Amino acid sequence: MVKRFGDREALRGVSFEAAAGELVAIIGPNGAGKTTLLSILAGILAADGGELILGSGAVGWVPQQAALYRRLTVEENLLLFARLEKHPDPRASVAEMLELTGLGERRAEIVARLSGGNQQRINIAIGLLARPSVLLLDEPSVGLDPRQRAKLWEFVAGLAGRGTTVIFSTHDIQEAERYGGRLLVLADGEALFDGSPDELRETVRRESDEAGATAADRDFETAFVAYLHHRGH
Amino acid sequence: MRWLLLKDLQILRRSPLQAVLLVAYPVLIAILVGLAVSRGPEKPKVAFLNEVPQNARISLSGKKLPSANVQHRICEKVECVQVHSREEAAKKVESGDVLAALILPEDLINKINSLSTLSPGTPKVEVLVNESDPLKASAVDDKIAALLAQANLAIAKRIAIEGGKYLNLVIKGGDLPVLGGAIHILGLQSSAHILEAIEPALPKGPLRVALGEVIEFANEAAENLDIAGPLIERLAQPIEVHKVPVGGSSPPLETFAIAIAATLTLAFVTVLLVAGSLALEREENAYPRLTRGLVSTATLLGEKVLLGIVVGLVVTILMLAGLQIFVPLEWGRFALWLAAILVGAAALAASGAALGAAAREVRAVSLLAFMVTLPIAFLSLVPAGTVGAGLYGVIKVITALFPFKPALEAITAALESGNGSLGTPLLHLAILAVAYALLARLALRRFARA
Repeated sequence: MVKRFGDREALRGVSFEAAAGELVAIIGPNGAGKTTLLSILAGILAADGGELILGSGAVGWVPQQAALYRRLTVEENLLLFARLEKHPDPRASVAEMLELTGLGERRAEIVARLSGGNQQRINIAIGLLARPSVLLLDEPSVGLDPRQRAKLWEFVAGLAGRGTTVIFSTHDIQEAERYGGRLLVLADGEALFDGSPDELRETVRRESDEAGATAADRDFETAFVAYLHHRGH
Repeated sequence: MRWLLLKDLQILRRSPLQAVLLVAYPVLIAILVGLAVSRGPEKPKVAFLNEVPQNARISLSGKKLPSANVQHRICEKVECVQVHSREEAAKKVESGDVLAALILPEDLINKINSLSTLSPGTPKVEVLVNESDPLKASAVDDKIAALLAQANLAIAKRIAIEGGKYLNLVIKGGDLPVLGGAIHILGLQSSAHILEAIEPALPKGPLRVALGEVIEFANEAAENLDIAGPLIERLAQPIEVHKVPVGGSSPPLETFAIAIAATLTLAFVTVLLVAGSLALEREENAYPRLTRGLVSTATLLGEKVLLGIVVGLVVTILMLAGLQIFVPLEWGRFALWLAAILVGAAALAASGAALGAAAREVRAVSLLAFMVTLPIAFLSLVPAGTVGAGLYGVIKVITALFPFKPALEAITAALESGNGSLGTPLLHLAILAVAYALLARLALRRFARA
């Protein structure tokens, strides 16, 4: 994928594959091109070059900020998008999503009164209404407390377990290590790394001097910073 | 589209303040306009002390003229509060019970009568005003000046009429009533006839020549004084207004006021609602989610315009129904009202969509909508001739670019027959609706990149 904004190249030929049921974390410093890549995959931005090849099924997209109508109830939000998705039985789809998100008891509540974590769950549920084979999540855990974050990832892991390919971006490196089966490291619009967290740690250990090796053995975030540093970022 | 429309109506229902404003605004406007067009301006309260003796009359050449009803004329224009002394009048003014006090002094008529003598006095009336409020004092000055001008005019007219009668008596002759009796006045015309009859009987000589001169004087005086009569009457009302309407007829003031109220309501409700509703899609981050395959930008735009039309139509009809309490409306023209309101709402909604597409936040877009709609509404009400020709030309161009003025013209024409053509403003509105819809679509394309 190639994407330019004026003279600036936001993506410089990023290429990767993801299999069904895989959890891919896109990580990198600010301005690396994470959101741009997800937006192109979601069909919101058009790429200036490259090709997107999808298997069967739709692509679900969950934006970073909850795209919900805060003055509508949980159920009304889900029902609206189920109807717009032209589900044959929108109410049944809503019931299914309420069950999946565990928000059945709060279906009649105005969204604005829900916690950030619950709003994010509805945000994801709306993304799932398209019954996607690929779900794109743009920094889904931003603003959530640790307990809400744990619940969210449990929910997302459940989706992947049922065969949905989940591609998410995050700034939280520990989270990427813990939940991302695979990491795609972007910096300045380039893909620097594509592999598992263990492979990244091993790369850091292999490429670095003694100090770098020590970093690789410490926490994953330190290893990641050392990896970027080694490549001039 | 219907699900989006349903969603927007649900959001509207969930925003009680917005919903209340939508209903309360037209109701308030309807009441204000209704009261304004159905009741005259409040009469100011003025304390009135008439010290002039009841039988005192203005007299001309020793004859008392009939009353000019000055008190009655003044009390038609203000609410007269009768007081019995100067002190009572001053107290009422001081306490604010009355705006001012008008005192006609005892010697007023004598002073007026002295104007036709060799030693004329100065007739004066006294006005007591509370000067603590300069605005109030200025208003009282204007009101009193207008009242006195009317009183002066009434007296002058009465004197002119009586003066004219005397002049007629001198020219044509007749009976002059004096002390219950009557004195016969020969008159210049009769005198000339008598002298003309006598003239042939006189022998030629200086006496006959002198008589001829007297006859000539009597004839000329009668002819010239005959012209003086109408001239004296003209003095009472020197300039007469003859109104000749040109360039089409204007609607009655009441109809125009109702049309303004209806158009203002339609404009504010429609523009604010559509602009705010479109901006809300961005504020809630829903726009990219909606337009990545669920609905097209054209459908979203159409839904917002439809929302504006539906709500604007309902609110405007409600307002007109409210105005019916004050002013009778021609409900037989309802189909034309509908046409004017629908097309007007479509153009206003499209302009609201263009505004909504240009801003990201509901608050910002609401402010923008107010900043655009209010001055345009004011400019649309500037009548020709009240500003310079160049400036009026600029105003005409600006107001033609926005839907308010054509909507006002369409609603005015629809409300009552004879208020101008409905077709031209409807065509104007249709063109603006298409132009603003295209502009909104162009602006919406920016959303995808945002």
